[in-house]
Amino acid sequence: METDRNDILVKTVGLKKYFKVSEGILHAVDDVNLEIRRGHNLGVVGESGCGKSTLGRLLLRLIPATEGEVYFEGQDILKLSNAKMSALRPNMQMIFQDPYSSLNPRMSVFDLIAEPLQMNKVYKQYDAMADRIYELMDMVGLARYYADSFPHELDGGRRQRIGVARALALNPKFVVCDEPVSALDVSIQAQILNLLMDLQDELGLTYMFITHDLSVVKHISEEIAVMYLGQCVELASSRELFKNPLHPYTKALLAAVPVPRLDTGREFSVIRGEVSNPIDPKPGCRFAARCDHYDPQRCDLPQSLRDKGNGHMVACALCE
Amino acid sequence: MKKNAGNPERRRKRNAFINRDTWRRFKKNKASLVGLILFLIFVLFMIFADVIVPYSVAIENNISQRLQPPSAEHWFGTDAFGRDVLARIIHASRYSLLMGIVSVVIGIVCGSVLAAIAGLYGGIADRTIMLIMDTILCIPFMLLALAIVAALGSGLENLLMALVIASVPIYVRVIRSSILTVVESDFVEAARSLGTPDRWIVLKHILPNAIGTIIVQATMSVGTMITWAAALSYVGMGIQPPAPEWGAMLSEGKNYMLQYPYLVIFPGLAIVLCCLSLNLMGDGLRDALDPKLKD
Amino acid sequence: MDSLLSVRNLVTRYETDSATVEAVNDISFDVLPGETLGLVGETGAGKTTTALSILQLLPERTGVIKSGAICYKGEDLLSKSKEEMRLIRGACISMIFQDPMTALNPVLTIGEQIRESLEIHNYDGLSREQLDERVDELLEMVGIRTSRKYDYPHQFSGGMKQRVVIAISLACNPELIIADEPTTALDVTIQAQVLAMMMDLKNRLKTSMIMITHDLGIVAQTCDKVAIMYAGEIVESGTVRDIYLGEKHHPYTVGLFGSIPDLEKETRRLSPIEGIMPDPRNLPTGCKFHPRCAHCTARCEREAPPVYREGSHEIRCHLFAAEDANGN
Repeated sequence: METDRNDILVKTVGLKKYFKVSEGILHAVDDVNLEIRRGHNLGVVGESGCGKSTLGRLLLRLIPATEGEVYFEGQDILKLSNAKMSALRPNMQMIFQDPYSSLNPRMSVFDLIAEPLQMNKVYKQYDAMADRIYELMDMVGLARYYADSFPHELDGGRRQRIGVARALALNPKFVVCDEPVSALDVSIQAQILNLLMDLQDELGLTYMFITHDLSVVKHISEEIAVMYLGQCVELASSRELFKNPLHPYTKALLAAVPVPRLDTGREFSVIRGEVSNPIDPKPGCRFAARCDHYDPQRCDLPQSLRDKGNGHMVACALCE
Repeated sequence: MKKNAGNPERRRKRNAFINRDTWRRFKKNKASLVGLILFLIFVLFMIFADVIVPYSVAIENNISQRLQPPSAEHWFGTDAFGRDVLARIIHASRYSLLMGIVSVVIGIVCGSVLAAIAGLYGGIADRTIMLIMDTILCIPFMLLALAIVAALGSGLENLLMALVIASVPIYVRVIRSSILTVVESDFVEAARSLGTPDRWIVLKHILPNAIGTIIVQATMSVGTMITWAAALSYVGMGIQPPAPEWGAMLSEGKNYMLQYPYLVIFPGLAIVLCCLSLNLMGDGLRDALDPKLKD
Repeated sequence: MDSLLSVRNLVTRYETDSATVEAVNDISFDVLPGETLGLVGETGAGKTTTALSILQLLPERTGVIKSGAICYKGEDLLSKSKEEMRLIRGACISMIFQDPMTALNPVLTIGEQIRESLEIHNYDGLSREQLDERVDELLEMVGIRTSRKYDYPHQFSGGMKQRVVIAISLACNPELIIADEPTTALDVTIQAQVLAMMMDLKNRLKTSMIMITHDLGIVAQTCDKVAIMYAGEIVESGTVRDIYLGEKHHPYTVGLFGSIPDLEKETRRLSPIEGIMPDPRNLPTGCKFHPRCAHCTARCEREAPPVYREGSHEIRCHLFAAEDANGN
């Protein structure tokens, strides 16, 4: 599919989501600015609690944002009326992390895939809808005789295929994949990753791929955003990020991944400290407490993403 | 693995809620099966009471036959008015079962509606409903039921009303909590992301997943309602004589209990067996209705 | 060197009214003193069942060890009484479970929980003060400030909880630790911390370890020997060098490596194993892997493959067995 390289499909400006918790205000997503180009795949990496799933839900307006704008094809979807949003919803879908809990256990595979079609009244005729459902099942590699099975009768990989079919039923342009393979075994994980990549090529989809697994995101995404405690700390093309990570957190993250090889010259290093909660955070770098290069004069100032050339953006006062 | 092919014409829909697996799973629990059979026997007695023995035998006095011990003629003996105890127990099953079932059905429907409002919309609606329910739950059941019957006068309808009012809070609490777990589940969020309207979410996602709990709660409650009705009749606030009712029969028999124990043993046994059968059945239903419990 | 633990032809089944799950099928392995064995496989490969068989913690109503021998320091564990096994668990062999969130009791402080495991196996009659000292020593060992021993599990993060679990498992100086996916529930940076700490402790205390994992990266980092399990069998085993650098591999091992996106290599498409894990209630005949294998022959469908040996490297596959026969 022909796509303009600079055609931006999804864009966020100063996106924030705060939650009130008993200890104060949790800055789950704090001032995130991203752009996703049509037909591209933006990977969002981070550890638990970094706000990556919240970000995905904000982008689809599944939860209301505290502040900021989300543009889809140039339209700020946070300002749309509910009716207009419903009309737009088929264009943006989500694949969920856990194929065990995100499928209603009382619905058959057929009904599960039919649901998005029925909800949006795509087909008037039952037969036409059934045809489309079988087409979708073929597309995601689910044998047709599973149509009357229930989710608990299938294995994790097949269940995730149902999730993919549901997300694709309405021909979306943009799909948020929220850790779609982290609940699956390695060999099944590879099958689903291949499927997602094939479907992207075939249907010209745009993905935002949320994951904690760096090797997965390196494999599937062209661009990668690294998140830490609600903020995006580094944004670069996949090749650039893995070749030349700039932010100390990205470096630490890369060094911590165990590589399945013996002959790597790579030093396996460990950073100290734990991921905390961004509750009423002070201005300045949120990684400072774990960082070896902490410099109070420079790191305690508010940090923002700055371009270091080639579109490699990093939010670190020390990366000069 | 399913053998039926995937062609639309040949699709045979499997009911998501009750299908052949449900019965297979239910059968596995032998105690529940016994419960079901026992309950069916009571239901048969209820339906064919008039065929088995005329109603007149159960209510007309026959002083010459009073206080006969169990014999070939009167299997369960006769009471102080010479009425056949077996005939009275059989006809009493009509009142008792009917009262149990009807009060539970009305109660569950009211309870489900209130619970759905509380669970789905939360906030003020939730707090108000739960406050009222908790207040009602603070009043001991007997006291509340007696107060209602005393205020409205005794009689079948008023007894039913008292049972419903006193039991609704229990249903609301149970059903609300099961609705809350479903509302927060991932698949409801997934449905929302597809643009599914609220009413569809309630009908297709929340109710089918909460109804197992509701059915089990209902089955178990019928037994409780029967005992409560019996208790009210025992203190003279329920079914009025000479109409037969298990609790009322106990009450009538208590004066002769020491000399003629069968007068209380048989109605008591009827209450115990009926409740037991329903509770056993409820246990089995709970397991049978959960699609994720395979074996 | 005599092996610390030797498992011979272990067969474990889960039996219910309706089906028999063939969880572990005739596996044998040895763990030498001070050595770490990696037990690798996907969900349902029988890794955890193997661990539970060794400790005899299988679910009582369904789990049965059908045959085989499990020898710890030359003594057969299968002939031990329940009481004797209880004394061995924790004191000689201890286990670290996958989920640190559920492995700790929420109503006891972590100090109390560590003490508890010390008291159960307090054969030297240590006094209260000595026990307290030992608790402090253990906490220091796993990198937790001793002042935190009065805290409850919910006050700790996941990584810290796993450290507490490790402290408990180390309490009685066991000679063998079975770690069942100890870092699966943790974030990458925390996983790196916990793994580094575990390896450091293991080397200092000269403990043997069985590391159960699905992550070939963790195995490369921590293990001396590897056994790859599929459908309850060990399909390939050897030293880490055999597995990671050897030329010949079981097709399943090849598929497993092909399924992992490599951080250091550019690959556009992964080469996963087709199909899914067989149903353990109804395993295929012959080679258990044949329905998913690209090299499947008629013989693979009929006969269980023999073991092909090359030094310490063992592969259960007809592919090499045939070659072996031709070569000789």
